[in-house]
Amino acid sequence: MTTLAARYAAAEESWRDLEASRVPIFFVGTATCGRAAGAGETLERLRAEIQARGLDARVIETGCLGPCSLEPLVIVHKPDAPRLCFGNVGATEVVQILQRHVLGDDPCAEWALGTLGADGIARGGETAATLASGIGAFADHPMMRGQVRRVLRNCGLIDPANVDHYLARDGYRAFLRALKLGPEQVLDLVKRAGVRGRGGAGFPTWRKWETCRQTAADQRYLICNADEGDPGAFMNRSLIESDPHAVLEGMLIAAFTLGASKGYVYCRAEYPLALTRLKLAIGQMRDLGLLGEGIQGSSFSFDVEIKMGAGAFVCGEETALIASIEGRRGMPQPRPPFPAVSGLWGKPTIIQNVETLANLPLILLNGPVWYAELGTDGSKGTRSFALAGKVKRTGLIEVPLGTTLRQIVEEIGGGSSDGKPIKAVQTGGPSGGCISAALLDLPVDYESLMQAGSIMGSGGMIVLDEDTCAVDLAKYFVGFTQNESCGKCPPCRVGTRAMLYLLERIAGGEGETDDLRRLQDLALTVSRGSLCGLGQTAPNPVLTTLRYFHDEYRDHVEKKQCTAFVCRDLIRHRIDVERCPGCTACVKVCPAEAITGVRGDAHVIDEARCSQCGSCLSVCPPSYAAVYRVSGDLTRYEEVQTKKDKARPASAGVAVAEEAEA
Amino acid sequence: MSVGRENLIPLLQEVQEHQGYLSEDAIRGLAATIGISENEIYGVATFYTQFRFRPPAEHTIHVCQGTACHVRGGHQLLYDFEERLKIKAGEMTADNKFGLERVACVGCCALAPVVLVDGMVRAGMKPKLINGLLTKLGHKSNGTGS
Repeated sequence: MTTLAARYAAAEESWRDLEASRVPIFFVGTATCGRAAGAGETLERLRAEIQARGLDARVIETGCLGPCSLEPLVIVHKPDAPRLCFGNVGATEVVQILQRHVLGDDPCAEWALGTLGADGIARGGETAATLASGIGAFADHPMMRGQVRRVLRNCGLIDPANVDHYLARDGYRAFLRALKLGPEQVLDLVKRAGVRGRGGAGFPTWRKWETCRQTAADQRYLICNADEGDPGAFMNRSLIESDPHAVLEGMLIAAFTLGASKGYVYCRAEYPLALTRLKLAIGQMRDLGLLGEGIQGSSFSFDVEIKMGAGAFVCGEETALIASIEGRRGMPQPRPPFPAVSGLWGKPTIIQNVETLANLPLILLNGPVWYAELGTDGSKGTRSFALAGKVKRTGLIEVPLGTTLRQIVEEIGGGSSDGKPIKAVQTGGPSGGCISAALLDLPVDYESLMQAGSIMGSGGMIVLDEDTCAVDLAKYFVGFTQNESCGKCPPCRVGTRAMLYLLERIAGGEGETDDLRRLQDLALTVSRGSLCGLGQTAPNPVLTTLRYFHDEYRDHVEKKQCTAFVCRDLIRHRIDVERCPGCTACVKVCPAEAITGVRGDAHVIDEARCSQCGSCLSVCPPSYAAVYRVSGDLTRYEEVQTKKDKARPASAGVAVAEEAEA
Repeated sequence: MSVGRENLIPLLQEVQEHQGYLSEDAIRGLAATIGISENEIYGVATFYTQFRFRPPAEHTIHVCQGTACHVRGGHQLLYDFEERLKIKAGEMTADNKFGLERVACVGCCALAPVVLVDGMVRAGMKPKLINGLLTKLGHKSNGTGS
């Protein structure tokens, strides 16, 4: 016990030193999103600049603060000044910030997102001086204001590779408390908190645990499901990359309560940084005596092993995941027996989602009453969401359950990114549904989403605008699940293929009126007859789009019209002879060589050759806007695509991509 | 790592990490070491999309087909890459220079659409940037569209 206690003292001291540092500190967010947006270049340039100037300054890499559309994000600690968070900090900007803010008196208000208290976002830290420069508290930033960051409390603020940072912020104290309380008491706390699984189905965590504990066994297993396979979801990745110990501490608490001596983290191979951070963190736990035999002088022994997924969506399903860990094809088993009774190698096994585990330390530290203060009757606590798609401010957010879709999309997300009306919000990935914008006032909790035909799922939330076609989206998701179907049970294997066929037919302009009824019947059959969650929920995108966008399906079938101008077979590209001055730009790019015409004469598209790829539309100079599209009764002239590009917030990542254009 | 049956997937991952793919020789060797049939190994390996049975191309481009990328034009990007490279997703150019793959989701949804170029994420990708990107990697355009 002494080693850990001594380490706490040292960790807390070094954290205090950080808070009161007399040298400037740059906290650079280098999680995957940050790196993709150019944080690597920012970091490199910053280090070079500090060295070249011979400055006494520190650079600390942190995880993800959340507002991905503003990446790269840098928090700057300057002695005797409030901490400032800056957004869109590329290599050029970081030098400016160093020069003007750190070495000078100008807080670079143009990139500043807000002030931070030394211990995080909760405390504002704004002063008269910062307010005078027009910089408010980061907590009041429109993207942060509606959020309650509990699970994500450390993300972007601590160095995920440094366990002392985690310890200094009460890390592993919840586990030590659990050791004192004993398994029964911990189970009771989890039950009273009302926490439900964050992975998809929302099963009450305590009930699963109770079943496992009641099953007599010489060995029990705990698995952390980090196989975040839903396209459009990245909460688990961000959390592990930014605060791996929060998840691992949750595992310790769960394993202790269950009496499991062995744990696995099943993480996707597509998440290399998360895997690296996990490996490092597990090594640190071992050094601190938080893994192994007789942990911290107790009779509790536990060890964790990482299993890397090999790219199969179905392995997110509990029984398939178990098969994969056992080294077999990841195919699901009929349940019962449930894994809590007979799981990995026939032993009682509990599988918990990353975020569920990260909730456990919070319950132990703050108690079930505090935990359940937020949320609704049936859905307690907070939930993180990956907000993406056609929304102005994308990123990782955390809100109390019961927050409405409107608050998330319009207040936190800032509404539509391209100024076009929002059409729907897709939640829960391929297992979820498309919720019509008419239902934006729906509270986001397990029950409400279920009633609307969707599911909470793992937390992906994709905003769709008028440029998204409901039929195409359903086709996209069914194409995904069909491809990922393991093939074991016919309703899923054959049913998803048949649904995809019907959707392709409708999108291809070959649909018959009866196809919509067929599609509906088939979807219900797949949903009722499939063996596992993948098949049972695969029809949700179809059923919800049929429910909320039935007219759009009908237009595809009856008018051969795609209102969103997405379904290629229902669109024809044409050139307006009145507008076309004959610049030959489109002639040069047409991959099908379908455009004819000489310089100075209006060009013509040969419909027989045209593949409707849209290249001509994207190169036609905005001042002419001569290429237009026809679908059914509709004609659409594209108002300048480049204008739209300019309206999007420029990020360093986009700038990097622009270079390649030259 | 023990060479037990339960470690088959990690072992395959390690082989691929070192060799770039799973060669017939490697699978034969693994079968003998673990004491199971080659068939059983192929059965497991072909189930998972991670495993390749041919050496990878010099440059591999993964076009993300996640939901956020899809609604921001990821499918168009894939189509355009296919047109420029004159191969389909899952194939390689004849000179083994470029491989084109679709990836279900890389979790960079907030920066969609993205592609991975040799494992590096490129955010905010656009169709008009494809030519420049490929040229930089040494692609010789053979007069498309002229």
